Amino acid sequence: MTAPQRRRRPPVFALVVASLTVAFLAIPLIGLLTKASWSTLWNDLTTPVALDALRLSLICSLWATGLSLVLGVPLAWVLARTQLPGRSLVRALAILPMVLPPVVGGVALLVAFGRDGLVGKHLYSLFGIQFTFTTAGAVLAETFVAMPFLIITVEAALRSMDGRYEEVAANLGAGRWTTFRRVTLPMIAPSLIAGTALTWARALGEFGATITFAGNIQGRTQTLPLAVYLALQNNEALAVALSLALLAISVVVLVSLRGWWLGTIKS
Amino acid sequence: MSLDADMRVTVGTFEERIHLDVADGEVVAVLGPNGSGKSTLLRALAGLRPLTAGRIVLDDVVLDDPDAGVLVPPEHRPCGMVFQDYLLFPHLTAAANVAFGIRGRGATKADADKRALEWLGRMGLADKAESKPRQLSGGEAQRVALARALATSPRLLLLDEPMAALDVGTRGSVRHQLRRHLAEFAGSCVMVTHDPLDAAAIADRLVIVEAGRIVQQGTLKEVTTRPRTTYIADLMGLNLLTARASGTTLVLANGTALETASPATGEVLMVIAPRNIALYLQRPGGSPRNTWSTRVSEVHLMGDRARVLVGEPVPVTAEITAVSLAELGLTEGSPVWASVKATQIDTYPAQAG
Repeated sequence: MTAPQRRRRPPVFALVVASLTVAFLAIPLIGLLTKASWSTLWNDLTTPVALDALRLSLICSLWATGLSLVLGVPLAWVLARTQLPGRSLVRALAILPMVLPPVVGGVALLVAFGRDGLVGKHLYSLFGIQFTFTTAGAVLAETFVAMPFLIITVEAALRSMDGRYEEVAANLGAGRWTTFRRVTLPMIAPSLIAGTALTWARALGEFGATITFAGNIQGRTQTLPLAVYLALQNNEALAVALSLALLAISVVVLVSLRGWWLGTIKS
Repeated sequence: MSLDADMRVTVGTFEERIHLDVADGEVVAVLGPNGSGKSTLLRALAGLRPLTAGRIVLDDVVLDDPDAGVLVPPEHRPCGMVFQDYLLFPHLTAAANVAFGIRGRGATKADADKRALEWLGRMGLADKAESKPRQLSGGEAQRVALARALATSPRLLLLDEPMAALDVGTRGSVRHQLRRHLAEFAGSCVMVTHDPLDAAAIADRLVIVEAGRIVQQGTLKEVTTRPRTTYIADLMGLNLLTARASGTTLVLANGTALETASPATGEVLMVIAPRNIALYLQRPGGSPRNTWSTRVSEVHLMGDRARVLVGEPVPVTAEITAVSLAELGLTEGSPVWASVKATQIDTYPAQAG
């Protein structure tokens, strides 16, 4: 038996504010779309500057994502599974780049890994390794800024996972590494994938730390956001075209991840 | 002797000290209230919690001995475990769950897959091989968990509350199947439970643990007829009282005297089955010498039977028919006469021996 249900109307105030918020979020995107010169879009995007920036952005962001996985997942595991002293300090340190202005992160990287930096000068004098004005520097800057997204997502997933499954694996003869590979990783896979995508998106959009630390050299450190910024000074059509390219990539990521996120929210 | 475990584990201020011997092919049930340390005992045996002191020896191999600095990690112990809630890996099929442990003991993937299917077949689950755990019923999940544990060819099988996750309706048949599978197991088996029915149906021997100590152990008959603590007596549905005996007279701590048939001396425990306590509205005449006036403190109706708790001077539970309860019109606080025949009071020495 289903009795006819009368829904309560949402309060008008909330509806008004919600509409304004939606407009605030949507209008800039509409602006981009209307401002775009669709006839020259293809030409703009296939100029050497644009192609270099696109290629570099993909390379750097994928490297940064890979580095974040290799460096971030073990740290997340240590934070979630061990009782080592000073964990909360380490966690704060790992998350700091998320709240730090990226430019400050860039300055910090410069004084640490720059050619005259704390560690950088030894790297240069001993091994001839230089990060500033190199693609490696851009990767480093993106990793620094993006990795916290991976660490907090994976750590949260490890914490919410029932740790008894790891005991079951041990009881069934699995060592630490087998347990991690065959039980822990599959069980946190949804969060790991979502965290990886977030990290990649953040690396792709990185601007402040990259331009401060690695510089803005076409073909070497000039990623898409840097190219957009530079183009805005003299070629607005190109800036808009490049922005649209970034927007398109973001939308693709968002749509492909929708299922994962919804899955995480539901469970 | 297969398992010889002298276990001392300290958790905060709680110290657990339990000695457990289990022979080959023997199934021992460990019963105890929540927080008595039953699960800690299993975790120590499985290597998931190291001993504080003591020694665990399985088939002449030392698994844990803090004094000698020996601690075999869980993945190298020949211990199969059925965990509480079964904990089947949710991302693996039933067959892959069973194969996991076989591979963990060094088999190749093809061999492990083949043996996993054999085990599922033996458990009557051949058609569930490709099912994910969430598609299995409670009883099926239990059998997969049992197959997963047994497939590693353990010398020691540990069962942690194997019935707790099941519906009441399916428990009977699952209990029966579990008993059948355990009968085929050649090693030692320790089952932790809080349900005396499970223990009675499955185990050869009962070990009762309270507050980290063994308070009684023996066959089901020994434990059910001669409970040593009120927890055990409650579990078995018996009234347990302590008294001082001289001849056939038993004097309770509050001075009340009761008569029993067989003479004894000194501190004794006395049990009275609830169904042997009769209740009356008027003082009964005739044979029973043990008659006293009291008040009803609680009434529990259970199907066609009712358990009536009466207060001082002899606080016990009487079991009467629901019909009698209605005829007597008893409720909380009703005055009532209780009586028990001298031959229905069983006594035994308070000191174990």
